[in-house]
Amino acid sequence: MGLSVAAPLWGPLGLFLAIALHSALSVHRASAPAHRDYCVLGAGPAGLQMAYFLQQAGRDYTVFERAPGPGSFFTRYPRHRKLISINKRYTGKANAEFNLRHDWNSLLSHDPQLLFRHYSSAYFPDASDMVRYLGDFADRLGLQVRYNTTITHVALNKDRRAWNGHYFILTDQKGHTFQCSVLLVATGLSVPNQVDVPGSEYMDGYESVSVDPKDFVGQNVLILGRGNAAFETAENILGVTNFIHMLSRSRVRLSWATHYVGDLRAINNGLLDTYQLKSLDGLLESDLTDLAIVKDHKGKFHITLKAFVEEGNQDADAVTLPQDESDNFAMRVPYDRVIRCLGWNFDFSIFSKSLRLSSGGDFSKKYPLVRASYESKGSRGLFILGTASHSVDYRKSAGGFIHGFRYTARAVHRLLEQRHHGVAWPATEHPVTQLASAIIRRINEASGLYQMFSVLADVVLMKENATAFEYLEEFPMQMLAQLETITGRKARHGLFVVNMEYGRNFSGPDKDVFYYDRSVGYTEDAWLSNFLHPVIYYYRHLPTEQEVRFRPADWPLPRPAAIHHVVEDFLTDWTAPVGHILPLRRFLENCLDMDLRSFYAESCFLFALTRQKLPPFCQQGYLRTQGLVATENLRQHGVESGLLQDYAAAGWHWQDSNQQPGHQGPGGYTPAPGPPGQPSDSNKEEL
Amino acid sequence: MSSSFSVFRVGISFAMMCIFHVSAVDFLPELSPQKFFSTLQPGKAILAYFCQADSSSTSVFLEELNEAVEPLQDYGISVAKVNCVTEETSRYCGKEEDLMKVYLFRGSVLLREFPTDTLFDVNAIVAHVLFALLFNEVKYITTLGDLQNIEDARKGKTNIVFSYVRAIGTPEHRAVMEAAFVYGTTYQFVLTTEISILESIGTEDIEYAHLYFFHCKPVLDLSQQCKRTLMEQSLTTLNVHQFIKTMEAPLLTEVAEDPQQVSTVHLQLGLPLVFIVGQQATYEADRITAEWVAWRLLGKAGVLLLLRDSLEVDIPQDANVIFKRAEEGVPVEFLVLNDVELIVSHVESDIYGTQTEEDEVSDMDGPNMDIQDDEVAETVYRDRKRQLPLELTVELTEETFNATVTSSDSIVLFYADWQAVSMALLQSYIDVAIKLKGTSSMLLTRVNCADWSHVCTKQNVTEFPVVKMYKGGENPVSYAGMLGTEDLLKFIQLNRISCPVNITSVKEAEEYLSGELFKDLISYSTLSVLGLFHPTMTTAKEEFIEAGSYLKGCFITGIYSGEDVSILSNKYAVTLPALLLAKHKEGKIESIPLANTHGQDIVQIVRNASLETFPEITVENLPTYLRLKKPLLILFSDGSIDPQHKKTILMLIKEKHLDLLTPCWLNLNNTPVGRGVLQAYFHVLPPLPLLVVVNLHSGGQVFAFPSDQAVTEQNLLLWLKKLEAGQESHITILPAQEWKPPLPAYDFLSMIDAAASHTRKVSECVKETDVQEDYKEQPEDQSAARKEPTGILRMKHWNRSNGFEEAKKPFRHDNKELCPKVS
Repeated sequence: MGLSVAAPLWGPLGLFLAIALHSALSVHRASAPAHRDYCVLGAGPAGLQMAYFLQQAGRDYTVFERAPGPGSFFTRYPRHRKLISINKRYTGKANAEFNLRHDWNSLLSHDPQLLFRHYSSAYFPDASDMVRYLGDFADRLGLQVRYNTTITHVALNKDRRAWNGHYFILTDQKGHTFQCSVLLVATGLSVPNQVDVPGSEYMDGYESVSVDPKDFVGQNVLILGRGNAAFETAENILGVTNFIHMLSRSRVRLSWATHYVGDLRAINNGLLDTYQLKSLDGLLESDLTDLAIVKDHKGKFHITLKAFVEEGNQDADAVTLPQDESDNFAMRVPYDRVIRCLGWNFDFSIFSKSLRLSSGGDFSKKYPLVRASYESKGSRGLFILGTASHSVDYRKSAGGFIHGFRYTARAVHRLLEQRHHGVAWPATEHPVTQLASAIIRRINEASGLYQMFSVLADVVLMKENATAFEYLEEFPMQMLAQLETITGRKARHGLFVVNMEYGRNFSGPDKDVFYYDRSVGYTEDAWLSNFLHPVIYYYRHLPTEQEVRFRPADWPLPRPAAIHHVVEDFLTDWTAPVGHILPLRRFLENCLDMDLRSFYAESCFLFALTRQKLPPFCQQGYLRTQGLVATENLRQHGVESGLLQDYAAAGWHWQDSNQQPGHQGPGGYTPAPGPPGQPSDSNKEEL
Repeated sequence: MSSSFSVFRVGISFAMMCIFHVSAVDFLPELSPQKFFSTLQPGKAILAYFCQADSSSTSVFLEELNEAVEPLQDYGISVAKVNCVTEETSRYCGKEEDLMKVYLFRGSVLLREFPTDTLFDVNAIVAHVLFALLFNEVKYITTLGDLQNIEDARKGKTNIVFSYVRAIGTPEHRAVMEAAFVYGTTYQFVLTTEISILESIGTEDIEYAHLYFFHCKPVLDLSQQCKRTLMEQSLTTLNVHQFIKTMEAPLLTEVAEDPQQVSTVHLQLGLPLVFIVGQQATYEADRITAEWVAWRLLGKAGVLLLLRDSLEVDIPQDANVIFKRAEEGVPVEFLVLNDVELIVSHVESDIYGTQTEEDEVSDMDGPNMDIQDDEVAETVYRDRKRQLPLELTVELTEETFNATVTSSDSIVLFYADWQAVSMALLQSYIDVAIKLKGTSSMLLTRVNCADWSHVCTKQNVTEFPVVKMYKGGENPVSYAGMLGTEDLLKFIQLNRISCPVNITSVKEAEEYLSGELFKDLISYSTLSVLGLFHPTMTTAKEEFIEAGSYLKGCFITGIYSGEDVSILSNKYAVTLPALLLAKHKEGKIESIPLANTHGQDIVQIVRNASLETFPEITVENLPTYLRLKKPLLILFSDGSIDPQHKKTILMLIKEKHLDLLTPCWLNLNNTPVGRGVLQAYFHVLPPLPLLVVVNLHSGGQVFAFPSDQAVTEQNLLLWLKKLEAGQESHITILPAQEWKPPLPAYDFLSMIDAAASHTRKVSECVKETDVQEDYKEQPEDQSAARKEPTGILRMKHWNRSNGFEEAKKPFRHDNKELCPKVS
């Protein structure tokens, strides 16, 4: 309005301005767009996490953020400001890696100051602490973020020289363009989910509804949705309303029953308590898309069926209501407010069709479709990170949350390092005698395995003759068939996959997870373990893509040659010598068909002089003059246990001559020959 | 004895044939009726199946008949299929397909005809045919009276084999018939299917087939009953055969031989022997006892009477029973058992014991899998409650690590408190700390990587245990010696001085070479190494310094490059640059020129020089000598070596006769495990000292120098020559087995598979069961889906309580349990 008035007055100048602007724009267009190897969209937790890894690797990257600072989502959401990701500051353990298992808010970095526990003392911290934390994370680490830059359009430009055969062309709100070799989208879910039903205009959205309980005093409130946002909203006004009805398509899922952090958390479930204790509040299940809302002349809202509204009668008071036909219809009371808390969708609008970025299947419409490597199925070089990447493990693991996607971002970065810079997936190489220890170490401290259970898994690649192995951490297990190309490492001699799993039938919205005798204590029952526990798969060959895709139902991986469950542990401490380590060793031994016991130098000495072959422990230790010498104390225990012989003792007798040298392992057990050798063979066959 | 043995052999082979030929495919000859009758031979039995030419409905029977061809052939019975074609009908050809029958002929005489449904499988075919042919040998009875009559008639004449089977044509029936075919002329076979007869004999568990041996032959008094022995094993052809063989064997044998050498039919049948040790004086009583034991153990073990005074072999004074297992090579056991019952239970528990051992072998669930068989893990575990004086070492953390290792010379042990090998080393490490208490300039520290994972990763420690030395701000040095107190101590002590040490004068160099300079360190290093360089030889010096850093903690190294270095080079007659090696033990100084020698080569030279020509071999130094890859010539000595022997061998070394060997000696007092080595080499230990050649690297043969010969140069040389020429025979060959897994692992995959099919069954059951009923039983249980975990849980408990025997057939059992209404 002001402009149209001013126009005649400022005419010439305005024209000049327009010309200048135009020329500036066209000049800009003519010049080549700024190039970046890596472009990251969004400076939320996932964008910053990725930026950190790119920065550490010294890569050419920029993060684009439309807000003036990082983590803008958290400046407004959650509306009631309480984060439901726990900030566990004490675990009684010093191990920093282990402590990340119980830290749901920190991003990964080398800086111990950048741990969330330094930012809040609340168990359920305030969202503004997250904003502050993310700001510090970007600043302290010097991450390259362009704030106030809204990318409005992303297109594809085919170019043979590009890493992926095309560049991603990003255009910001000012018309600046950027050319990117790889695009990492970490924009989260930003579009509120709406239902398209008659009367949806009467709904208050979660994103804009008042958070002041005073506004709800003495009201009848209907909340649509069954997620944490819906319950969080209800919790806030529970004490002042007449009643709250909550309506959703399917039954409420409690996160402690499903083991999925995205389901209803106990901290928000006050309404369930009052509903079940015969208060006026209640939960209902119905398909929202069949409903309609009509507003009567008093401004109250009535719930009816879409079909009744579509009969053509537009007069609100005359629309047929369900109670007209069925007079005990549950939602026959008029509501003062209808609040929509239906979650969020990914913003597809900025992506050009040429990117072929499509939404997931029926169950994950709100997410873009990606492979298990987080790369878009539509265009190579486009990766989805953070919350938006949750389609990979939706309702299963933690990939939609900070404590999960911080690890998947690292996995994507490792993939990119190999693909574009020839840096193989990090791995350590060890002699086979360290195999059980390497696995025990990881299952006891690794946070990535623990948080991203059944999504990221460690992989052990055996070397020829199984004398040594490479240990790879946190590989996206659904990509197992493509392991060699993704990691740049060879898997020619068998491999182990170390995963963490809940029991098959333990989790679910209707499961009683507190049933008596729910935990397993015997090692032979380990496969029946219910709580999260390590599971190790052994393959003689890398599974093919077909085998991964058509794996048995409920299996995270194709059928292995052998499988081992480490029995669940109440303390998640899997270091018991007989309960955890011994069965694991037996499993590894039988997969590799070798004896992986450790021996003291004296035993190795005996073997070296009385046998032509030595066990791996003696070969890799004693023969290299690194034998383990027993102290007198330990030797004494060995003699008492019968595993060692006291050759010096006066009571030591020359044993019967007919005994074969093969029987002369310390303590008279039979190492290789004889009956104990048999089962391993037969086991082999069964494997 | 020998004849019965050959019978036994035949028996075995026939039994084997029965077992293995079942699966063999042998074709059933197809004949026309005319052809068939023309082939009949007098006295020869033939089983003929008459059928319509191209009938298909009888194919199941034909398959079974086909399978029976081989086993029947073993008994000289032929089988034929006769095709009834319309043009040449026979009276044996039935009118309709259903009425087709099988006929048994002997010669041209028809013995029996069988409807095909009687011969339902191969067992039934064999059983029925033999039953028909052995009509006279096997008496079929239905009343107790029949049995009594037969028993009475046989007293003093023949023993009886009496068996009960549930039905004619069962596999058990077949087993009995097959035994009767072999033993029918020797024993009277009696067969019944009447449970009542069995009950009256006094058997409690009558569900299964039973076989008794009635000892009627020795009974002369008709009023006396025949003794009976029940066969306890299941009724299979092999078991029946074995059982009868043991019944045939003499009840009690008297022997006057070394029990180790004694062998009877029992051993060959896999049964143990029990020797009752008696003496001449109490012979009568001993014999009665032995007979009594023999009766009790009949069919389970062979019993022998051994008179102590008639034997030269030494039997421990108090032993009264000797137990010898059937497995070859297992030594006999000397026992003191004062009660017949004890003897019996010892034998039975042993039989039971071996059976469970077999079960463990065949079953994945063997209970032994949970028993620790790792000596390091077990010993560390047993020691877990002892408090170590950990305070003698400094525990480092993420906060203190860098500050500590940069501010003071430190040894760091990186370990994980859950890892046994680490914890075993920690004990040695603490011992080092105790020994060094207050005397070392080196700080002894440790990092528990289970707590400080990131510290260890940053120090590039990703396996445990690792020992590193941080000294003078240089790159840390990883310790690569034996993981024990001695070697750690040596490493720490030798690192007190720099490596190499800068020698400042010729005088000091002489002191250094004589061992005066580092007197207190000489005991840790067999060698003092001195590099001699002209001041201008910078490259050569650098190479030597590099070598010195490699040898850190192993040897004392020094460097002298003064202007007057030629004094030393002249004295030791070597051109510069040069290496002087002072061997303190031997009091020798060797000199080696070092022109253009690289650091790594210098390391090698020093290492080789540190090897002794005739070392005392120990647990610690064996690996160093094994690297030479030569056969070992070991002199085993109980205590110090005889100087004469040492002299002899040194002489042979000097004369280069032992160049192809690594000569060494072993002091059993210092290295007691050497006794274990000797035990592996010798069946009977000859007197020490002993000279042995062990060909470890090719073939594994062990040769022993004859202990009756004196260790002289001449004798040794002759022996070595013979060895070389291949004229000496080895006393043993070291086993070359691979180190396979000591025990199997849990086969979770098949347990999961079993549970999966089990769940499938359960859900089928649920479907078939009346759902209403279910609701009545569990009103609160609204969901059928909950059935699933319950089912699995039930299976879990069931598995645990029932052991592994039945676990092999979980489905049948579970079905019964879970679907009572369906069945």
